[in-house]
Amino acid sequence: MSGPRAGDLTDIADRVVGLAGDGEEVEVVVGRSRHTEVRAYDGDVESLSSAETMGVGIRVVQGDRQGFAYAATFDGEVLAETLAEARDNAGFASPDPHIGLAEPDGVAVPDLDLFRPSLLEVPTEEKVARALELEAATRSVDDRITGVDSAEFVDAMGESCVASTTGIRSESASTACYLAVSCLAEADEQTQTGFGFSVGRELDDLVADDARDDAVRRATRLLGATKPSSTRTTIVLDPYVTAMVIGIIGSTLSGESVLKGRSPFADRLGEEIAAPVVTLVDDPTNPLAYTARATDGEGLASRRNALITDGVLGTFVHNAYTGRWAGAASTGNAVRGGFKSTPGVGCRALALAPGQLDQPALLRDVGEGVLITSVIGMHSGVNAVSGDFSTGAEGLRITDGEQGAPLREFTIASTLQRMLRDVAAVGADVEWLPMSAAGVSLVIRDVTISGT
Amino acid sequence: MIEEAVLSRVLSSALAGGGELAEVFAEDKRATSAVLDDGRIEQLSSGRDRGAGIRVISGDTTGFAHTSDLSEAGLRAAAEAAGAAARRGGGGSNVVALTRTEARHPSTVEVLPEDVAKADKVDLLRRADETARAADGAISQVSARYGDSRRRILVANSEGLLAEDDQVRSLFSIGAVATGDSGQQTGRQSLGHTVGFELFDRVAVEDLARAAADRAVTKLVARPAPSGEMPVVIGAGAGGVLFHEACGHGLEADHIAKGASVYKGRLGQQVASPLVTLIDDGTVADEWGCFGIDDEGSPAQRNVLIEDGVLTDYMWDLTRGRKDGRPRSGNGRRQSYQHLPMVRMTNTYLANGSDDPADIIAGTDHGIYVAQLGGGSVNTATGDFVFGMWEAYLIEDGRLTEPLREGNLIGNGPKVLADIEALGNDFAMGPPGTCGKDGQGVPVGDGVPTLRVRSMTVGGTAA
Repeated sequence: MSGPRAGDLTDIADRVVGLAGDGEEVEVVVGRSRHTEVRAYDGDVESLSSAETMGVGIRVVQGDRQGFAYAATFDGEVLAETLAEARDNAGFASPDPHIGLAEPDGVAVPDLDLFRPSLLEVPTEEKVARALELEAATRSVDDRITGVDSAEFVDAMGESCVASTTGIRSESASTACYLAVSCLAEADEQTQTGFGFSVGRELDDLVADDARDDAVRRATRLLGATKPSSTRTTIVLDPYVTAMVIGIIGSTLSGESVLKGRSPFADRLGEEIAAPVVTLVDDPTNPLAYTARATDGEGLASRRNALITDGVLGTFVHNAYTGRWAGAASTGNAVRGGFKSTPGVGCRALALAPGQLDQPALLRDVGEGVLITSVIGMHSGVNAVSGDFSTGAEGLRITDGEQGAPLREFTIASTLQRMLRDVAAVGADVEWLPMSAAGVSLVIRDVTISGT
Repeated sequence: MIEEAVLSRVLSSALAGGGELAEVFAEDKRATSAVLDDGRIEQLSSGRDRGAGIRVISGDTTGFAHTSDLSEAGLRAAAEAAGAAARRGGGGSNVVALTRTEARHPSTVEVLPEDVAKADKVDLLRRADETARAADGAISQVSARYGDSRRRILVANSEGLLAEDDQVRSLFSIGAVATGDSGQQTGRQSLGHTVGFELFDRVAVEDLARAAADRAVTKLVARPAPSGEMPVVIGAGAGGVLFHEACGHGLEADHIAKGASVYKGRLGQQVASPLVTLIDDGTVADEWGCFGIDDEGSPAQRNVLIEDGVLTDYMWDLTRGRKDGRPRSGNGRRQSYQHLPMVRMTNTYLANGSDDPADIIAGTDHGIYVAQLGGGSVNTATGDFVFGMWEAYLIEDGRLTEPLREGNLIGNGPKVLADIEALGNDFAMGPPGTCGKDGQGVPVGDGVPTLRVRSMTVGGTAA
């Protein structure tokens, strides 16, 4: 594909920043990514895609107003048009005294090993082979597996540069790849599905057997599932489910939600909002986190923020705008969905501090309850403003401290506020997942189960 | 967007090393959005995406590459990359002459968004904000979004197809937060149509604002939703997403082909209550899921999927249609030129029944009435689905009584279809939706008349 090569992103950013007028602040984010996706199906390659995406987002601050425009190209003429469009857009924004770009704050940028050139050298044949092998392995491992509806290898390389008239100049690059598989299991005229994946920064990080085993285990362990009766009980969340739940809790702790009066925890700083076993940290400088990055979406150094310590709410997270508004400072939590958007604010790499026991030991302590192995519909049933929480679930009954009969088609419900206080234990089994929160087994008391 | 001679040469390049079918999908999209939050117009944002995706099909393998460079050299480079990716046998093919087909877009756009002053777009947000705040003293926060897009697409393939479409969409959504003794509650309302700015002459944003504010305020006195199995009445326009999730996805030919659907092998069988006629229709003028051609160049179509409870057809795209020797059904869609097309829904709806909606509620002894649904999702292989209730009420002795807090409904597609026991005569389309599948989002519409499901599981927090 055409386009400049690595290193030229900074030149493009500098060029646009250089076009800033008097009394005008300009921020440019330039991004480029390449990815390959191989999908295997039925022993053959179903599709092979390769692509490069690039573009520029320009934020202009004139006085106390801000405008934004983006274009998915590096074409010089279009860049000039995009800047003009951003300037024009600024004229329609409401004046806001807190508006402004990030300024360098002296925090050292951590040195994280996120870019692995070896991934760029992997031949396409190797990627195809990995996807085909994963599909074949998943089909053959268990007689109850009747189909593999997708098996894929994906790799991606992303680079970006943020530069501004306020002195920000940050470059970053990272690589990532994964193997993922989804399979069908059938027995007694019932079908169940399961997925598994293995994620890494280079090819050697990937363990295909882990992806295969997780998918097969998830699909087969739910065979024969029935609907439970409605009750209140203790639940244990599988690590993957916990990651989704703490991701939502993290969203209630964003400075934007708090300042705009949309967080159930807005007035609770310094108070005990969770059980003492809960310590929640956002740390994108931890290279184990899939979302680790040296800098945030506005080019400030990433840093570790302890949000909840021993149950006590310690801080909210901020970008430059919400930091200024709160009379504090950015905590390095500007998040950006790429060059097409302005920076928002959010948690970047959440993790609960692990406890002492692995999942089997937690189940023994719980005795009777339900192990929640997957949730569906969390995006529609959870309200991060009111805290109301209700989601569809599947899982296994916990009987005499052991995994028991499979359960499906039920919901679990509580409120985020109550769930935090009802946490009885955090597992020792931290799993780093391809999302902005790490997984760990979590025991929560007194949750409503709705079934028959 | 691209000259015909160039398209022919690019298609030739794509097939130079083998392959049976090559396709160029070019797109030029401009979008504007404006956000009001916390009383301020936060910003106006504009964007431009332009590029082409090229795919080559060889046997069961698809090769795909995309580029933002629409010059002949850029297109040829992408074509060669896609061809190389697909190369798994087969001889070379010659490109036939391209024949331009004229597909009429179902909607007529009167005012292109690009011809409207930005100040007029921003003004909609201010008016909505003021109205929502004035609606009730309990309203503590308002956010609103205006969005428009114009997406021009061109599809050419080596079967000789050449087609273009110009898709204009306008969207407005508003969310209000009410604060009271019981904490905070939210209400929202959205409006989206495949039309231009004239949409806001037809519908007043003030009405949307009042609806969102009323919902939030009503919920302040809501009680926790009950839990367990009970009859559920879904209001007109409110429940299309249920059918989109509960059966629409399971009728997509790609899921069928992979055995990952509960509806596999059930054509001609009774899969739903005889009251149910389910239609997917990309030709409904102005609705959010309509278009002139799909993203593979096929004209939009009206497809009856279930008729009087009997499964009549699945939805098809080019690759699944070719494999099964079936014509396409206008259901090949993609998020952008950077994505491969898949079988996707358009506007999915349940046809009208004959019951008076008031009788449906009056005939429900105890249950819940859902006036607005949130998003949902489904596992097509098991049919289990879930969706959120944004506005719901308790039904006691045939009357709506107390408002309920948010909760989820969970059910199984085939079972719910069989359990529809009353269907109203008050069909309405619902709010605009974005359907997610394999990480790609496309605009879709849905609609239903008032209906009652004999039993579904409500996931509330009440003990």
